[in-house]
Amino acid sequence: MSLESQHQVHKAVMTSGHALKIPELKILQSDGTPYPDATLPDIDQELALKIYDTAVFTRVLDERMLAAQRQGRISFYMTCIGEEAAVVGSAAALSQDDMIMAQYREQAALRYRGFTTEQFMNQMFSNVKDLGKGRQMPIHYGSNELNYMTVSSPLGTQIPQAAGYAYGQKRAGKEAVTLCYFGEGAASEGDFHAGLNMAAVLSCPAIFFCRNNGYAISTPTAEQFAGDGIAPRGVGYGIDTIRVDGNDMLAVLAATQQARAIAVAENKPVLIEAMSYRLGAHSSSDDPSGYRSRDEEAKWREHDPVLRFKLWLLAQGWWSEEQDEALYDQYRKEVLAAVKVAETLPKPAYDTLVTDVYDTVPEHLEKQLQATREHMDRYPDHYPADSGKEA
Amino acid sequence: MAQMNLLQAINSAMDIAMASDDSAVVFGEDVGHFGGVFRATSKLQEKYGKERCFNTPLTEQGIIGFANGLAAQGSTAIAEIQFADYIFPAFDQLVNESAKFRYRSGNEFNVGRLTVRTPYGGGIAGGHYHSQSPEAYFTHTPGLKIVVPRNPYEAKGLLLASIRDDNPVVFFEPKRLYRASVGEVPEGEYTISLSKAELVQSGSDITLLGWGAQMELIDKAAKMAADIGISCEIIDLRTLLPWDVDTVAKSVCKTGRLLVSHEAPITGGFAGEIAATIQQECFLHLESPIARVCGMDTPYPLALEQAHMADHLKIFEAIKASVEF
Repeated sequence: MSLESQHQVHKAVMTSGHALKIPELKILQSDGTPYPDATLPDIDQELALKIYDTAVFTRVLDERMLAAQRQGRISFYMTCIGEEAAVVGSAAALSQDDMIMAQYREQAALRYRGFTTEQFMNQMFSNVKDLGKGRQMPIHYGSNELNYMTVSSPLGTQIPQAAGYAYGQKRAGKEAVTLCYFGEGAASEGDFHAGLNMAAVLSCPAIFFCRNNGYAISTPTAEQFAGDGIAPRGVGYGIDTIRVDGNDMLAVLAATQQARAIAVAENKPVLIEAMSYRLGAHSSSDDPSGYRSRDEEAKWREHDPVLRFKLWLLAQGWWSEEQDEALYDQYRKEVLAAVKVAETLPKPAYDTLVTDVYDTVPEHLEKQLQATREHMDRYPDHYPADSGKEA
Repeated sequence: MAQMNLLQAINSAMDIAMASDDSAVVFGEDVGHFGGVFRATSKLQEKYGKERCFNTPLTEQGIIGFANGLAAQGSTAIAEIQFADYIFPAFDQLVNESAKFRYRSGNEFNVGRLTVRTPYGGGIAGGHYHSQSPEAYFTHTPGLKIVVPRNPYEAKGLLLASIRDDNPVVFFEPKRLYRASVGEVPEGEYTISLSKAELVQSGSDITLLGWGAQMELIDKAAKMAADIGISCEIIDLRTLLPWDVDTVAKSVCKTGRLLVSHEAPITGGFAGEIAATIQQECFLHLESPIARVCGMDTPYPLALEQAHMADHLKIFEAIKASVEF
């Protein structure tokens, strides 16, 4: 019996929890050649090279900064390895006016927007030049200028916020959308339900982008949900939904380009589920060997999204192995040099302890800062000397 | 000037906020065409359209999450939580997100244009989940402002100030007084400064401090005290965070005695914070222990509500005990 003829029945007939089969968009094969019947997204050489440049930078940044964390130079790090296509491919489909609300594993999107190597370092070393004034843990980036909302640790909180932000964009009459990234683990939070339902009911031009990478720290997806991933939930909320191969740069780009067109033209949300694999550890505080096999990781390494895209670029004649080596070399030097500068800069001034709690510093916080300063003056050796003592 | 009840005053404040600011949006459960379960948003949808005054799905975390995003975008977001008892699903959005938005981003982003209105308080046979006074959960959260008005005039001026303040504000409305409290309110716009307590009545023997619906009971107890020759100075705190320490301390240094009264349970209630601060500021002036007359440390009961409440008689007895100490 077809689904349609089941709409009216007079006997109890259950619709299976797996009745909805959402297909997965794939454009590039693992050898970098497109599937014969695939439709390529809107992409030219300039865009393709900017995408690749961003992916390579991200890979180098991750490799170097994980090493810096191991050496104790920064307190914490999280890599994007294996998910570069999901993140860069989607960011490349947006306009610079679109707001990006990230979870934390989307530094590649921020790089695509133009965040400089120095800015990354200043945040990670929480020095005086950090836009966030050294208040949050490493990798909690944000930039008003680049329309990249400051990252926060609580999972899923940005999802209903994206609905509200997009609603405001719609009312302001701008042709802009909000793209909201989150992992498949975060999609189990109540805020996922709240955000998607609100965006659908209130017609918000938001793109909800789920990075389904197989794990939430040590928890495999089989312990995260019983249904067919995240995508069918979008259909349940009345949201246009697409599942895409998250290791396929062109498929992610195509899906997001189409999602943005729908969001702008029809003022409604779209859900994208990108199927990928978290090749690295969850964070610098995690060791995945405790919960998954090396074989499994090796299998996914064969589907390296950066390599697949590079093979396509080579086949297009837009890139060469020599250029590739030079680019990696350039970024390794650039990142290392930036580390050396950032780690020598002083910490933010002590008055930043109390500024920005409110728009102006209230009296009780002025007093608390004053007391802290007087205390530190009595014990100058006990507190870090490299902090900027003046405002 | 016009006679308004507390609901009409609140409605008038939102009307003015929406008329003067095209980005101002009012939303929550049942606030649209229906005008809210208490009618606080009555006629706003008719006047400003469905895009600016609308119902949301029934999800408190969604409402405040949405409001955070809308305010971060630069719109004036006026969100309603139907009862303060149901604000807890949004606790994470308020405490971890709204309150820290500006600080954690180094002022790259903020949700200063957010105001959350919510009816609070007991005395209406509301039982566990239509009576709570959860203000102290929020006063422990740097970054939020907490405001509670006591009558229609205060409600309109404080709400308009809250909406225009460049910080997220949680505005608790004493629902027991929604229709019961009526007074003269200017029809046009005016604001009342946040973080300023109001000296409601001068006195010399003891300072009585409270906020919201409790002010009515404090006033009643003060009249009983006056009848037996005790002169009470009465202060409405109005803003609980950041609160006006100076006005309270100045009064207590004069009277030598302080009584704080609130509806919420005593343990961990905001009276504890006030008592600790005032004993530090006014130690050499205090002539008796600071008294706290508050709700009992129980869930808010139904049948025995009257006994649970910090009513005027309990306040009156505490005034006498303090003065006779």
